[in-house]
This record gives sequence, C-alpha cells and structure tokens, in this order.
Amino acid sequence: MSQVTRQKPDTVYFFGTCLIDLMFPQAGVSAVQLLQRAGIKVIYPPAQTCCGQPAWNSGYRDEARKVARAQIALFTKPIPIIIPSGSCAGMMKTHYPELFSGEADEAQALDVASRVYELTEFLVDVLNISLTDLGAPIEIAVHTSCSARREMGVADKIEQLLGQLQNVKVLEQAYKPECCGFGGTFAVKQPEISAAMVADKTMHLRNTGATQVISQDCGCLMNIGGAFDYQAKHENKKPLNTQHIAEFLWERTHG
Amino acid sequence: MAKPSEFRIQVDQALGKTEVRAHFRKAMDTLMTNRRNQFPDNAELQRLRDQAQVIRANALSKLPELLEQLESNLTRNGIHVHWAETTDEANDIVLKIMQKHNATWMIKGKSMVSEEMGLNHFLESKGIEALESDLGEFIIQLDGETPSHIIMPAIHKSKEQIAQLFNEKFPDIPYTEDVDTLTRTARDILREKFYNAPVGLSGVNFAVAETGTLCLVENEGNGRMSTTIPPVHIAVTGIEKVVEKLSDIPPLLSILPRSATGQPITTYFNMISSPRKKGEKDGPEEVHLVLLDNGRSRIYSDPELLATLRCIRCGACINHCPVYVRIGGHSYGTVYPGPIGTILEPQKSGLKVHGELVQASSLCGACGEVCPVRIPIPSIINRLRYEGVRQDGGSALDAGSKRKPLEAITWKAWSWAASHPSVYNLGSTVATQVRNLVPHNLGAWTSVRTAPAVADKTLHQQLKALGVDHE
Amino acid sequence: MSEARTHIFQRLRAVPRPEVDTTGRDYVPIYDWDRAERIKRFTERMQAVRAEVHHSDRDSWLNLLADLCKAKGLTNLLVSPHTEWGQAIYQQVGEFPTLQDYDRAIEAWKHEMFYNIDASLTSTVGGIAETGSLILWPTEQEPRIMSLVPPVHFAILDTQHLYTTFAEAMQEQDWLNQGMPTNALLISGPSKSADIAQVLAYGVHGPKELVVILI
Repeated sequence: MSQVTRQKPDTVYFFGTCLIDLMFPQAGVSAVQLLQRAGIKVIYPPAQTCCGQPAWNSGYRDEARKVARAQIALFTKPIPIIIPSGSCAGMMKTHYPELFSGEADEAQALDVASRVYELTEFLVDVLNISLTDLGAPIEIAVHTSCSARREMGVADKIEQLLGQLQNVKVLEQAYKPECCGFGGTFAVKQPEISAAMVADKTMHLRNTGATQVISQDCGCLMNIGGAFDYQAKHENKKPLNTQHIAEFLWERTHG
Repeated sequence: MAKPSEFRIQVDQALGKTEVRAHFRKAMDTLMTNRRNQFPDNAELQRLRDQAQVIRANALSKLPELLEQLESNLTRNGIHVHWAETTDEANDIVLKIMQKHNATWMIKGKSMVSEEMGLNHFLESKGIEALESDLGEFIIQLDGETPSHIIMPAIHKSKEQIAQLFNEKFPDIPYTEDVDTLTRTARDILREKFYNAPVGLSGVNFAVAETGTLCLVENEGNGRMSTTIPPVHIAVTGIEKVVEKLSDIPPLLSILPRSATGQPITTYFNMISSPRKKGEKDGPEEVHLVLLDNGRSRIYSDPELLATLRCIRCGACINHCPVYVRIGGHSYGTVYPGPIGTILEPQKSGLKVHGELVQASSLCGACGEVCPVRIPIPSIINRLRYEGVRQDGGSALDAGSKRKPLEAITWKAWSWAASHPSVYNLGSTVATQVRNLVPHNLGAWTSVRTAPAVADKTLHQQLKALGVDHE
Repeated sequence: MSEARTHIFQRLRAVPRPEVDTTGRDYVPIYDWDRAERIKRFTERMQAVRAEVHHSDRDSWLNLLADLCKAKGLTNLLVSPHTEWGQAIYQQVGEFPTLQDYDRAIEAWKHEMFYNIDASLTSTVGGIAETGSLILWPTEQEPRIMSLVPPVHFAILDTQHLYTTFAEAMQEQDWLNQGMPTNALLISGPSKSADIAQVLAYGVHGPKELVVILI
C-alpha cells in the first residue's frame, strides 16, 4: 500500500463528486483553480462518476460496489486524491475498506482509501496554503457537514481557512454541530423529520445575521440553500446565499 | 402515493406539537451540557471510552462462560437463577414466583427489561398489580403511558401536566406545581407501598460473573427499597449485562452516569450478592434473577451486529440525536427509542416490524460520537439497511423483507449507468439539457425547499473546456 | 436444567467468538491527590449534591454530633452500640436524643422503623474523593436499611480510608479476596430525582438529609 506523505506533491487527482458535477460545477472548478494556483498539477479522470455513497447508504451494497469499483480503476497512481466534499471523502476513506472487505480488489480499495483527502484538509494540512483576502467585508456563517466533522474529523480546517481572510467575519450559530437534516436519501424517506431539521438549521443560521452560509459539502448546501430559497419565495423571508468553501475562497482571493 | 406508515403518522403528529418539541429540546440541551461538563479533558474521555469498550467487548467474547460462572456464583450465594428465551417465558417465571408466595401485587424499581417484557400488562391480565416506584415511571403509570426515554421516562411531561395528573388521581391533595411538594406526595404514597409490598422487582445494570454480584445504579432510593424491603426480590435482565471481573465495575460506573445525566455518580450504587443471611436483620429472604434472551443470542451470532450488545443503557445517544429531539420517544413505537432503539428494536423484533426505524436517521454520527462503549451506531444502521434489502439470507431477523422491486431496479439501473461513464455522461448531459426533468419528481423535498437546479454545464464539461489534465 | 437455558447456550456457543485485545482494561491512576486534596474534593462533591459535611476529629466529633442532633430537633437516633462510634455515643446517653439499637429483625419493628425513627448513624468502610461517595458494607449490627429508611442519615468517615477513586478503594481494600458482602453500597448524597421536568428534588425515597462527619 502506498503511503501518502504530508509533503506537498507535484500532482494530485481530483474527484469532483456527482453532486458538484451536476449541480454545483463552479465549486469543482474553483477547487481545481485553488490547487493549480498552489503549483499543483491536477488530474481529473473524465470517466469518474460517483463514489457510490447513495447506494451504500440505502443498503444496496452490490450496486454501490460496482460503481465504486469503476472509480478505483481510475485513481491508480500513488498520488493524493482530493475531494471537495466531506461526505464523499468519508465514503472513499472509511467505507471503501468495508465495502471491499474480502473482495479480490480489496488491496486496491484500501490503497485508494489511504490517499483520500477532503479539500480543506489538504489545503491546510498538506499545502499549508496562505490566503490574501481581496473581497469586501462580509459576515458569514459556516455549516460543517456531519461527515466532515465526525467521519473525517476535519471541522477545524474550514475555520482555519476562513480565519485567514481579513475581511470575513464568521458568526457562530446556535446548535452549530447539529445535522442540517439532509442525510442523502433520509431527506426523501423521512421528509417530515428532515424538514423539521432544516427549518431549525436555517432559523439558527438566519439568527446570526450572516449574509452568506459556507460549507464544505454540497449536499448540505443543496438542503440549506433550497430551504433558504423556499423561505424567500413562499414565506417572505430575506434571501440568503449559500456557497461551497472552494468557490468562496477562490472568489475572494484571485486577482 | 403509498399510504404513510404508522411510524410516519406518529412522527407527523409529534412534529406538530410545538410545545412538546420545545420541551424536549430544552431537556436534551440540559443533558448534553451536563455531559459535556463532566468530561472537560477529551483525552481522558477517550481513554475511558476505550476502557469501557474493552470491558464490554471482552465480556461478550466470553459470554457463555461468563453466564455459567455468574449462574454458579449466584447459586452458591443463594440467589435463584432462571433463564428465559422469550418475554413470554420471562413473564411466566415472574408469575410463578408471585403465585408461590400468594402475592397479589409487587413494587417495581426501574427496569427497561420489564418494559421489554410488557410485564405490567401481563401481570394485570393475571390479576396482579405491578406498581412502579421510580418517580418518572410512577408518573407515567398514573397516566397509562410508557416511558419516552430510557433513563428519564417522564421527560415528555411538563411540570404543569404532572401537577394536573396528581390532582386528578389524588383529589384529596391540594393542587400544586411545586416540585418538592409533588415529590413528597409520591414519597408518602410509595412509602406505604414499600412497607407492605410482598415482592419487589428491579432491573440490573451490571452482573459480575467473578463474584455473583448484581449492580444497580439509581438516584432516588426506590431501587434500594424494592430490593431490600420486600421479602422477595426478583431481578430481571438481559443475558448481555454480565461483566467478567469485579474490577470491571469502577470504569463502567465512572462513565455511565456521566454519559447519561451528566452526574459524576448517582446517589446510590447498590451491589447485591446474596439474600438475607442468617443473623442479618433485613433484606429479602429470597432473591431471583431472570436472564432474558429475547433475540440477543441472534444478535450475538453476527460479529458486526454483536456490538449492539455492548450497550450499557446510558441514553447518551438518545440525548444527542437530532431525530429523537424532534419526534420524542413515543413516536418510535418501541420500548427503546432513539439511536439505540433504532438498532436494537429491528434486531429484536425483526425488520418487518421495526425496519422502518433504520431509515429514520440522517447518519449524522452524533450518537456514535458520544457512545461510552463506542458502539458504531451509524455503521450498524447502515448494515441493517443492507440486511433489509439483501437477497442472500443475511443475519438479521427478516433480512430481505424491506426490498421493494421498483427501488431495487432503480439502484440497479443507477449502478449500471454510474459504472459506465459514457452512459453516465450522456445521462448527465441529458439531465443538464433537459433540466426540468429532474426536479419534478421530488414531492416531499419541495414542501420546504426549492428544487435543486441542474447547472448549465457539468463539471466534466467545464474542466474539459479549461484543459485540465485527464491523466 | 431448563430448556431455555440449553437453547440459549447452544446459540451462544454455535458462533465463533473473536479474541478481544484487553489492553487498556485495567485501572490507571489519573490523579495524584494527597489526603488534604482528597478531603477537599470529597467535601466539594458532597456539598454539590446538598450533603452536609463536617470536618472533625476524634476529640470533638461526639460533641459535634450531639449539637447537630439538637439543632435538627431529633427525638431519637438509630445507632448500634457495637461499633467504635456507637460505643462512644452510648457512653454519653444524656447528650443525645433517645438512642435506639437495630437489635431485632426488621419484621419485629417495621412500623416503628418506617414511621417513628428520625435519624440513623452508621459507620462507613471508606470514602471516594473523586465522586464524593461513602462506602458502606452493612452488617448485622448496622443493617442495610439504616442508611435508607430514616429521613436523616449521619455517616462517619475516617479519612484514613478516603481513597481517590472507586477503583483504588476496591483494590486497596482487596474486595475480591475479602468476598463480597450481602450488600455493598456507594452513597453519594441524599436521595434525589429530576424526574419532574428536570427540577432537582431531594428526599424522594431515601433520606432527605445526608450528614457526613469526617474524622
């Protein structure tokens, strides 16, 4: 198994995630730009699709494995794999080993898992990136996804990155570590509970007075942002922007 | 639209009760804060969790040997040991003991296993009254309810509701919302009951194989009363509650109350090793232990699901669950609510009955993060989702019973497309071009959110245009 | 042997069981508290749950106890004449409320015990500083419900036996080889409950007051 050192590599793989591919491509583009600006060559295997998490979390393990196997085949070089999502990174890092346990290609799965970095983790821990804020003063709130927080243990990284931006003030919402209610298929299978959770989450975020909400996971953003939009359209509440950390960082720091 | 399940209906009703929800939120906030204050040093907390996990995992790895050792030590100490495969058998054992002593009623300390057995109803059907003496259990029994939390059974009730309930049930006593006065009322009523009770029943927190000792954790003293005053004491517990050594007890006792209610220790830690000995002046003359299986040995047979049995019933997972705090304990329709119920109940009663519970989790991981014995609750939920839809047998009761043809075909089609990039990219291209196709099917999603918008150009397309390397 | 037992064991034995690495299972001392620190911690913890703690010594505890009985307006005190403390108390009968010995099986005087005893005094076999706990091993002279049924419980703790943690107490006192008594207890304050709307109330089923005298 290849050991990834914490030394700055020349080249990395980028796994864009299906959600970003379809719904939030700008987050993916920004992430690639951040990496390139740091002098890293980025490889984006075009045959990539999805990490397999939706099926994995629904109990369809064979189906998840089939999709995961197709990804594993694309990331064979001994270089880091950067993922702009705590939840997809968590899938590859912690669940691929379970998913492939006892399978013929278990070693390859473990190898891929060992090279996975969540984007903010990589920017802080490996690149030790330094940022100069070029944006106007703004007050934001941060929502860290549960997988970034608990599965990947990287909740502090996004805060460290934002802490470097002089004109950005991060406001603290109540119940910060609590789940936004997305949970993939949970939002569809238990819509009432999920709705109650996102109602509370958006309320606490609104109460901070922030004008923008930043996260490292587009699943949460789709949920929280969708609720903000709905509330603006149907409940006469103030619209609130949501944005992926990569896009936010890129927008504020490129000349 | 399919008819909403019983669970969804209960959830819907619970979510509509704004006051109750606010009450739960406040209660859980307090419990979470109290727990956090008990563990100021994270490294020490993690060490304690490791220690508690090892103790429980070790006990389970030697379970049959330890149960034999427990039985032989208890028997040597003069405690009668009974075995029950099912709750029916356990109820019968209790009934026979009652009948042997011509007992028409019993007083009960808090016991979740007795809830699992449905003991109160069973005894009632035989003309025997089972009176709860834990203050919370006493309150909900007065109101004909079941516990909504495993350690704080009446947590769903407000002070005002309890005051009204007491006033209704004890009209001779003036109405009051003063908690001390309400507590004194219960004390006076139950003192007389303890005084007269022919039989006392309790649960067990830990059973020590090495010494044949039953340990009970409590604050009120009703557990001590129930196990000391009546001439007969019956303890009921699950077969998984055994630990190997006496020295395993202090670490478990150190982490249990701190995780549960955020107290450094409970008022009483009661270790019982025998009935009244010759020359002793109080304590029951007869002590029984009923060891209940009720599905535990099935859970035991799977190396991953086995972790479920490490549970020491602290309730920390419940206190930290974003689902529980919103729907409350009764919505689950089970004896054990919250995350522990979500993994335990479908395994005990089968996926057909309680399989839907494993969908009622966002897999946020808050439960696993606080579990004092490190049960990987989210992983077990995921595993039970798999058990529900797998087609090759499986370990859990009713494995495969949750598989729905349409859903299965959808995942098959998805996995085929997502493992064939040309198809996937074609599909996502079609999706981006015919954007209106995607959102419409999202019914429940759009009741509180706008439909997610598909981007004009996918990341694939944009990175290609930017000339990002492909290999 | 019951059929249920046979079946349960059959199922438990039918499966392969993993070896568990038991590293980290044993007690690790984490505090380095001297006696003064242990007394301080014990006192703080006990007072935090509304127990009374009095620091005394072999010369003055008897007077202190007599004063406390007077101040609380007790009409009687359940105490064994056979313990070190009890002997001293019974030698000063005049200073105390009516002294009562638990000299018969409970059945012979249950009503009096439940409804007429104001307070009890028991010895303890030790204390735990970390959690503010008393260790009691009830005996024939000081039976189990002495520390449970009377509304006020006095307990005397010799601070030579005040340990840092429960694990240390168990180890130092060698509970395993002594053999467990019918009933061993840790008592950490007066009886309490938060079952009504999380409001803390004292004196639910056990004593409303716990008074600890440290010697």
